[in-house]
Formats: sequence, C-alpha cells, structure tokens
Amino acid sequence: MIAALATQGLSKKFGALQVAREIDFTLPVGARHALIGPNGAGKTTFINLLTGAIEPDSGRVTLGETDITYAATHRRVRMGLVRTFQINSLFPDFTPLEAVTMTICEREGIAGRWLSSLTGHRALAEEAYALLEKLGLGDEATRMTRYLPYGRQRLLEIGIALAAKPRVLLLDEPAAGVPERESHELLEAISALPADIAIMFIEHDMELVFRFANRITVLVAGQVLCEGAPAEIAADARVREVYLGSRDHG
Amino acid sequence: MTNTTDPVGGFLRRSQWRPTEIMVWVLVIAAFFVFPDRLVLGSRVLIIAIYALSLDLLLGYGGLISLGHAAYFGTGAYAAGLIANYGWTEPISGLIGAAVIAGVLGYLAGFIIVRLNGVALLMVTLGFGLLISELANSLNDITGGSDGLNMTFAPILGHFDFDLAGQTAYIYSAAFALLAFVFVRRIVNSPFGLSLQGYRENPKRMAQIGAPMAARLRLVNALAAALAGLAGGLLTQTNQFVGLDSVGFERSADTLIMLILGGGGRLYGGLVGALVFLVGRDVFSEANPQYWYFWLGLLLVLIVLFMPQGILGGIDALLARIKRMRKAAP
Amino acid sequence: MAEQLFTLVFNGLAYGILLFIMAIGLSVTMGMMNFTNLAHGAFAMIGGYLAYTVTIQLGWPFLVSLPIAFFGVGAISVFFEAALYRRFYRSPQLSQVLLTIGLALMSVAGATYIWGPQLRLVRMPDYLSGQTSLFGVEVGTYRLFLIIVGAIIALGLVIGLERTRFGAMVRATVDNRRMAQSLGINVNRVFRLTFALGSGLAGLGGALAANFIGGMLPNFPMGYLLVYFLIVVTVGGLGSTMGALLAAVLLGVGDAAVKFYAPHFASFAIYALMVVLLMWRPNGLLGRR
Repeated sequence: MIAALATQGLSKKFGALQVAREIDFTLPVGARHALIGPNGAGKTTFINLLTGAIEPDSGRVTLGETDITYAATHRRVRMGLVRTFQINSLFPDFTPLEAVTMTICEREGIAGRWLSSLTGHRALAEEAYALLEKLGLGDEATRMTRYLPYGRQRLLEIGIALAAKPRVLLLDEPAAGVPERESHELLEAISALPADIAIMFIEHDMELVFRFANRITVLVAGQVLCEGAPAEIAADARVREVYLGSRDHG
Repeated sequence: MTNTTDPVGGFLRRSQWRPTEIMVWVLVIAAFFVFPDRLVLGSRVLIIAIYALSLDLLLGYGGLISLGHAAYFGTGAYAAGLIANYGWTEPISGLIGAAVIAGVLGYLAGFIIVRLNGVALLMVTLGFGLLISELANSLNDITGGSDGLNMTFAPILGHFDFDLAGQTAYIYSAAFALLAFVFVRRIVNSPFGLSLQGYRENPKRMAQIGAPMAARLRLVNALAAALAGLAGGLLTQTNQFVGLDSVGFERSADTLIMLILGGGGRLYGGLVGALVFLVGRDVFSEANPQYWYFWLGLLLVLIVLFMPQGILGGIDALLARIKRMRKAAP
Repeated sequence: MAEQLFTLVFNGLAYGILLFIMAIGLSVTMGMMNFTNLAHGAFAMIGGYLAYTVTIQLGWPFLVSLPIAFFGVGAISVFFEAALYRRFYRSPQLSQVLLTIGLALMSVAGATYIWGPQLRLVRMPDYLSGQTSLFGVEVGTYRLFLIIVGAIIALGLVIGLERTRFGAMVRATVDNRRMAQSLGINVNRVFRLTFALGSGLAGLGGALAANFIGGMLPNFPMGYLLVYFLIVVTVGGLGSTMGALLAAVLLGVGDAAVKFYAPHFASFAIYALMVVLLMWRPNGLLGRR
C-alpha cells in the first residue's frame, strides 16, 4: 500500500543548527497522525519541508507515488497536499465567503481567468457557502475576516484548507490560541473531517492528541525519537523524560 | 455588511454597475457641454485617471508598490509619438500599438519583479523608472531629448481632427477612459482579480492554496503597463507632443499621490484623486506655485495619519457610520 | 594614464565617502526598525543649509559649521522621531513611503521659504581649496580633506560598533530585534539614539557636501542624491556598516568612471547596475541571505 505522504532521510541544516536529521516518516491514507515534541524540536520546520517552504539538504518527500522533494509549493497543493498555520494566516479584508470561493477557484483551475466574471461561477460560490455553513460560519460568511473572533478565524483557517479538497492535510497546532469556550466547534470540525483524508497534526495539547490520533511520532531536536500507537507512546519512559509535565496545557 | 438573505447573491452582485458609477460617466459626458472652455483640462484629467487606474490595478488591488510606473506611461507616450513620426499617423491603431509595446515591457519587467520583496522591490521599481527616464534623455536623437518631439496625426476615423478647443481630444480621451474602466472592472471582478486581491491580503498564503502567483503577477504587470502606456499614448496624441516630463520620477510620484488621495482598490479612486490633484494644482499654480509642494506634502502626511483609505475610503466609512446610526435609532 | 586612473579613483573615493557619511544613518534606520525613510535627504539638506547660514550669514569659520550641522540636525531629528516617526514602525511599507515623501515635499517648501530658491554656496576656507600634491599627483585639497574626515568617521563607527557596549546593543538589535529585546536591551532607546546619530551624520555630510555638489538648492531632498543614498543602503545591505561603505565607495568610483568614459549614458549605467546587483543579491552585497 502506497503511503499518502512519506519522507526518507529528510535532513536540513541552518548554519550550524541541524533542524532535521534523517527523518523517515510515513503517513498512510486515512491516517490520524500526531506529531509531538518539545519546543524547538523542529515540528514546524518539518511541515515547511513537506510543503516546500524550505528545501531539504538531503532526503526525499513523496506524495503517493510522486516525488515532490523539489516541487514548488503551489504544485504540491494542486496535488492535494494542504496545510494550515499555527498562527492564523488569513485574508484580513476578505469575507470568509470571498476567501473560500477564491480557494475553490484555485482548486478548479479557473483562478487565472481574467476576463470572465465571477457571476458566471455561481456554483463555486455556493459550494463555498455550503462549506462555511457546515463549519458553523454561515452567519459570518459576509463579515470581514478581521472582525471575527479568534476562534471563528481558526475555523476559517481550517475551512480554507478543506476548500482545497486535500488528500493530505497538515494541521499546525489547530487549537492553538483558541479560548476554551470556542474550541468546541473547532474540535467538532476536526472530528468531522472525511475519513479518506490523511491527516497529520502538530499539537501540544495532549488531551487533543490522545483524542484524535491513532498514531504518534515524537520529534526531538530534529530527529524522530520514537513512533507508535498512543498507548505505547504514553508508556514510553524516554518520551516522559523529554516531556516532563506536558500533560497539561503546553 | 451582513447580507443575511442571500449571501452568495450579494457577493456576486457587487460586480454589477452601481448607480453612482453610472452617474460618474453621465457627468463625464455632461462636462463636455457644461465646461466647453475647460476641455483641455478635462482631457488631461481623464488621461491621468486611466494612468492612475493602471497603478490601482497593481497597488490598490495587488498590493504591489511601484515607484517607477511612469516607465510604462513614458514608453507608451514616446511609442505613440515615434509611430506617428515614422509615418503611421492613424491615431487609434497607433495608440493600440503604443499600449502593446508598453505591455510587453511590463511583461518582461515582471520577471524581475516577481523575484523581489520589500525594499529591494521598491528600489528596483524606482531604478527601473529612472532607467527609462535616463534612456529617454540620452537617446535624444530618437526622443528629441529635452526638446521633445512634435508630430501630427491623421483625423480620427477619417473625420475628426484634433482641434484647438480640445473637443475631439476630450471625446477621444473619454471614450478610451470608459473602455479602460470597463476593462479593469472586468478584471477585478474575475477569479483572477480575486486571487490578485488575495495576494494583496496575504502574499505568503496564496502559494499554500495552490496559486501560481509568479505567472499571475507577470500578467497583471503587463496589463497595468499596457494601460499606463495607453494613457501615455493618449497624452501624446492629444497634445501632438511628447517630452521628458512623460517619464521621470515626478510622474511616478504624482500618480501615486493621486491614487492614495482618491483611495486605492476602489476602481474610481484614481479618477477622484486625479480630479482633485489636477484641479488643485491648477488653482495653486495661479496663487503660489512653490508652496503647492508644501500643501501637497502636508496633505499626504494628513492622509496617512487620518484617512489612509483616501477620499473614497473616507466616504465609505462615513456611509457605514450613518448606516450603523440608522440601525441603532429605530 | 596611470595618473588619470589614480585621479579618477581618488575623486570617486572622495565622493563615495561623502555618500557614506550621508547615507549610513539611513542604512541603520532601515535595517534596525524596518522603517523606509524617504525623507532622509531632508536631514542632509538642513545640514548643508546650516553650513551656509553659519558661514555666510553669521560669518563663522567652516570647521565650526560642521559640528553645528551635526548636533543641530541630530536635535531636529529627535523631535521628528518622537512626534511622528514613532507611530509608523509597525505600519505597512506604503504608509511609511507616503509619510516620508510628504515630509520631504514639505521640507522642500520649507527650505524655499527659509533660504530662498536661489543656489546657496558655503564659504570655504582658503586652506581647503586648490590642489595638494599626493604621491606626486596633484589632487583636490578638499577631496583629500573629505577622504581624511570620512576615514576618521568610518573608523570611529566601526570601532564604536565593535568595541563599545552601545555598539554591541546596536548590532544585536539590527540582527534580531525581538531577541535583543528579550535579552533586556531597551530597543526603543537604542533606536532613538542611533537615529539621532545617523541623522546628525547626514547633516554633517550635507554640510560637507554643500559646495562639493555645486551648492544647495531646495529640491535637494527629492533629487538624485536621495536615489544614491537608497542605492548605497540597499546595495550595501540594510544595517550593514561595512556594506554601506563598500557600496558607497563602489558607487562613487563607478559614478566617476562612467561619467568619464561614457558620460552620455552615465546615469543609465548606474541605475541599470543597481537593478542587476539587487536581482543578484536582493538583500544587498553584505546583507542577510
């Protein structure tokens, strides 16, 4: 069975700092895979290597059967590899409807058309609205993003990623910064994600990790420390050593 | 603004012509009859409005600052002049030719621009504008240098000569202005236009939703350049003259100021800004020419401090506030 | 031939060092606070005009006008930083560009009002005019003076940056502002002092440059010198003193060279070279990669 996403021997150095060291990683189809590790372990760097924001020094990244090690970021997205950001990376003066419609236009490959009016693509806008409704953002669909509360913005962050119809979804700390009372909808949205999408998420909140993950990888100082089912990882002494006291909110 | 009844419809409807917009063009036509002795100024306002519109496409919608946009205006201006001087005096085709030449230049420059950010981008656009300006100066056997070039044009559509009162020029400029606005309107309300504004809002995120921005930016640069070249060519044709003031930093800076004054990203900001700027400068030049710069500078500082969205933005904000007050008071 | 070359390089070096003195403040401002200040030329201009006022209207010696220009402009800059610039450090680049262009325009009008639209020349002492013999070649005395003064200032800056505590704080803040702050460095205070110092140097440079560029005119802040400052800063690399010096000297010598060998295309060549250099190294020759 070909993995949805895989890396072999992925390495990267920034000057003298080795931020990724021979990382072998496999994400099967339909995975719910958590990536955990202390601060500075290189988790976000790893995502950046996967999405093409930075180039590795050595190693390979494959999406399904395709080698994407040096492919441009937007090409990877077209092939179904989508990420969200730890800190919301949204479009402040757009409404959610505009942002999601734009993403759908990209997905459909018509975003380059400069002489065709948006009114001719009503179906795409309606798909966008339907997605927003499903996420509970229907009422705010035409409010400017900058005026939405942070939790709603976080939902939009995921919504934009979903609009791209990913086959592999990389969530960078999806619950980060979301206040307790707003995280409910977010968690619902995450659990409702389609089963055939392969998902890898970085999280510090161990409650979330054990709730959603069926497999965990522990990354320390750019290297994979261990990998396995949640119960194994929880029992692993090395992990506990590295992670003293992190069962509370990180 | 929440449209609770039909959000999708509301979203799509914004690309329709609004009454205020139609009013603008009615006024443009009316001005022909109401101000028969100010038609020369009127043409200039319309031409500069096209130029400002082209900058709006880059800056207001795309978020790309260019301190050298006059390079394209000047290229179009000189191209139109040279085409006529080398024998092709038919104005409309000459004008299209000038726009195409400017557009090609813009497309080529796009390869440089997409690789740069921040200060480097600012400097390269500035340098590019200065480069073209210096080129116009140095190649003075072709461009006429500081003396400029004079030329004559055949009558438009075989009939209409450029008359001294500026009537033909006004109608000619107004027609192209309308075409330019319809064209840009279409672009900004297209999927491409949406992605352009997305780039303005968050350049880094666009790649992460699958947008090949490099190619799109080259295209928008080419389109903006062609429009600027069209404006430049219009100026040359209506004046039967082209000189060094068509290129040069002042030309770039003036238009930037006009656009900010009117409000970027609102399609008509350039027109409003051009009108206020050119009329204002006319008024001040009679009174106190050297202090025009003082008031202009002060205006700029005040806009940045208090009204960064320009006149149109200020009007929008005012209308929004009135709407809120109406909602509050039953 | 060798003599011609020597004179060319010598003149270029003098011009370059002058550009360095005027532009270094801009480099640090833009490198440290990411603040695009297109009004920097106004500071140099005020320095030049102060030199005129001091030497012509007050009749004092030229060398006295130099510290007056330095401290005077420095003081004025402190006022502007506190009253206006401070609010825009986090603003988008366009706002900074527009704000500072507006201020530059106002300074042009202000200069016209205070000193009039005519060309103003500084009164130079006799001992700085004419020619001096250097290694058997006749060189301009004033240029030699510029090189010496410039070298002293450049050396002072480098030593100050490398050896003093304040210099270390400056370097840290330029390198990584957030990190510097978390190390306890009062970033705002460091910036204010550096801004004042840099603006003072611009003023000093303006006073030195006044006659050298042919005299003071009110449109100075919007002229080609502003472009040259920006070239020095961006090609050198924001916040890099050595980079600014290197770029300034290259620009000075390059300017002298093209004006000599291909005067017709001089400016074109300079701008074209700048575009090429920035494409090759968008962060400047010695800037961050």
